[in-house]
Amino acid sequence: MTQRFVMALLIILSLATSSIADVTLPSYPKGKGEHCVEPTDVMRRDHFEFLKHQRDKTVREGIRTPRHSLAGCIDCHADKDAQGRFVPVNAKGQFCQSCHVYAAVKIDCFSCHAARPSERVSQSP
Amino acid sequence: MDMKNSSPASPRRTFFTQASAGVALLALAPGVRLVDLALARAQDEPASAAQRWGLLVDVDRCVSGCDACVSACNTEHGLGDSERPQTDAQWIRKVDLVDHNTGHQLSLPLMCQHCEEPPCVDVCPTGASFRRADGIVLVDKHTCIGCRYCMMACPYKARSFIHEDLTGQKTHAPRGKGVVESCTLCVHRVDRDESPACVEACTDAGREALVFGDINDRNDPLATQLAETTTRELRADLKLNTAVRYRGL
Amino acid sequence: MMKSAYFQSVSSSRGYWLISAIAGVITLAGLIGAEHMESAGHWVTGMSNQVVWGVPHVFAIFLIVAASGALNTASIASVFGRDDYKPLARLSALLAIALLSGGLAVLVLDLGRPDRLIVAMTHYNFKSIFAWNIFLYIGFMFIVGIYLWMMFEPRMNRFTARVGTAAFIWRLVLTTGTGSIFGFLVAREAFDSAVMAPLFIVMSLSFGTALTLLIGMLIFWINGATMDPALAQKLRRLLGFFVIGVAYLVAVDHLTKLYVTGHHQLEQFILVDGGIYTLLFWGVQILLGTVVPAILLLLPRFCQRGYLIAAALLVVVGALTQVYVLIIGGQVFPLELFPGYSVTSTFYDGVIADYTPSLAELALGMGGMGLAVLVTLIGIRILPFVPVQMTGENQD
Repeated sequence: MTQRFVMALLIILSLATSSIADVTLPSYPKGKGEHCVEPTDVMRRDHFEFLKHQRDKTVREGIRTPRHSLAGCIDCHADKDAQGRFVPVNAKGQFCQSCHVYAAVKIDCFSCHAARPSERVSQSP
Repeated sequence: MDMKNSSPASPRRTFFTQASAGVALLALAPGVRLVDLALARAQDEPASAAQRWGLLVDVDRCVSGCDACVSACNTEHGLGDSERPQTDAQWIRKVDLVDHNTGHQLSLPLMCQHCEEPPCVDVCPTGASFRRADGIVLVDKHTCIGCRYCMMACPYKARSFIHEDLTGQKTHAPRGKGVVESCTLCVHRVDRDESPACVEACTDAGREALVFGDINDRNDPLATQLAETTTRELRADLKLNTAVRYRGL
Repeated sequence: MMKSAYFQSVSSSRGYWLISAIAGVITLAGLIGAEHMESAGHWVTGMSNQVVWGVPHVFAIFLIVAASGALNTASIASVFGRDDYKPLARLSALLAIALLSGGLAVLVLDLGRPDRLIVAMTHYNFKSIFAWNIFLYIGFMFIVGIYLWMMFEPRMNRFTARVGTAAFIWRLVLTTGTGSIFGFLVAREAFDSAVMAPLFIVMSLSFGTALTLLIGMLIFWINGATMDPALAQKLRRLLGFFVIGVAYLVAVDHLTKLYVTGHHQLEQFILVDGGIYTLLFWGVQILLGTVVPAILLLLPRFCQRGYLIAAALLVVVGALTQVYVLIIGGQVFPLELFPGYSVTSTFYDGVIADYTPSLAELALGMGGMGLAVLVTLIGIRILPFVPVQMTGENQD
């Protein structure tokens, strides 16, 4: 009885996990420049810590270092469409959205924050 | 371009700081701050209580029908017009007054008064409404739960609630549905050693009714004017020690 | 069905399911209204930058204040040793929890960011009376829960008086806190007053007793029973005195403001030319909500049950109106920034603000009442809250 149960469980689990092979890994447009402000694996693990820590320092204390600022992320990681206009970073297939959909983590940044670089950045080469 | 220690706007910022320092050293017109380079705060240092940013409104120079300050603020922060004026955010508004007895008429701008003892900060349950060390009263929109108690508590009706979804926000003015906001004294500009958009617009319009500066700095034109001319707070009986003062009222 | 010598749970009946269904539908409507408000934003309501707290807050404050007062019946039994009130003690505590749940649900769902409730529960500014109230409300739930445990468990009965006293003191602090939400508002003439705290305490006694009577009688009706006439008479007189008490403090508030020249415009607005607000104040709050119930409750010739129900209903209507005139009326009246001047601006300075409640707000507010009734109905079915006299059994 136990044997059959274990067999059934193994079959179900392998069926379930095999479906992972079908899920599309995140793909998004490459950002500007050679590399990010932090190594990729650090960013993957800790980017939200950087953003959260930075936002409190900026809002509460007025410390405005560009390294970990959200606006800084967007300036480099925003992509342009065929007409040369910036696409919002939380649009489908874009930088933030592609990983967050894969990881099934909802983000709330862009109900308030601009998802495109500011005009000053748009005008620079 | 090396990503690690510069942002794309950095050459612009350096130019701006130097240019404005140069202009300020040459001309002392109201609305342009005398920049003492030794005291200007670096971007990666926190705001400190050594400074207290303030505003002086010269009511005699303010004209009914002119709303340069309001337009400038709306443009600067992307405050839209949803054709629902009762729920649209207004960070600064022009108020027209008529004396009941004498018929004398006045016009003046009204915005967050950046009190030293802000009632809005006292009543906020989460501490989202706070006063920065240099006197600017702000809402931390990450912590605001949208309870609107600060709006009930503000003696100047300075706060607005965002009643709908927003798009196309300015990078330097994040704002979204369900939180409360008010005049930030253009904190993003102040931190770059510029003066608020309303002050610049008033100067550009030729009226120069708004003076911005550091109340704590004796050499600052604002502090000088506050010391030498008669100014008052609105609702002074509440003893909130506002950073915004009015002359001619 | 659970049963002790004196208390039992209620068995299902047509009346029970009917009231449950009605309460369920009302609660569902409230949830739909809340979802609409949250997804579209508050522009779909009648609220604005001028009137920031609307009908949901009216219902929420009513329910929270009534919750505190609903515990009064239990307090009279446990704290003041009046055994004749004991049959209603457990139900009174359940009502307190149910009404508070309803009020808090409405309050939370009306927030601009209800998804940030966790933020509200982990970030506190202790100078804010609002922050204190969050603790007081949650603590009240706990304390009343423990109070119920003391009442239910025979081995703990000897602690009932002590826990009951703690609950009594807690609810006085809680209601003082609720009143102070308004009383601490130095900016607004209608609210800035120390009388708000004691006014809310007496309001809680009046609203809570009225709702205890009404919901108690509803449960009797569901079970085909009637309330013990002696107990009904005692509650009737209590309610009568509480109604007078509220009227006294309302009078003191207005008479004091009338003496102060600076407040004459506000008093003129509320009492004379405020249109709907004046009509609601005199016609509903005072006449229908105070004078008529006082007559029906205190004069011996109106001793029949029907008058009691009518009086309690009128008290509830008057209560909601009182909170409406207080909260909404206090906001539509403009702030006085420039004494001696008439004021105009694009931000509605100097004018009486507009406010028309929207359907979503009314639904949300009523949803809170529905939730309170649902919680009560579920409670009386699963645990022995109801005295045996109320269940239609053991009737001679």
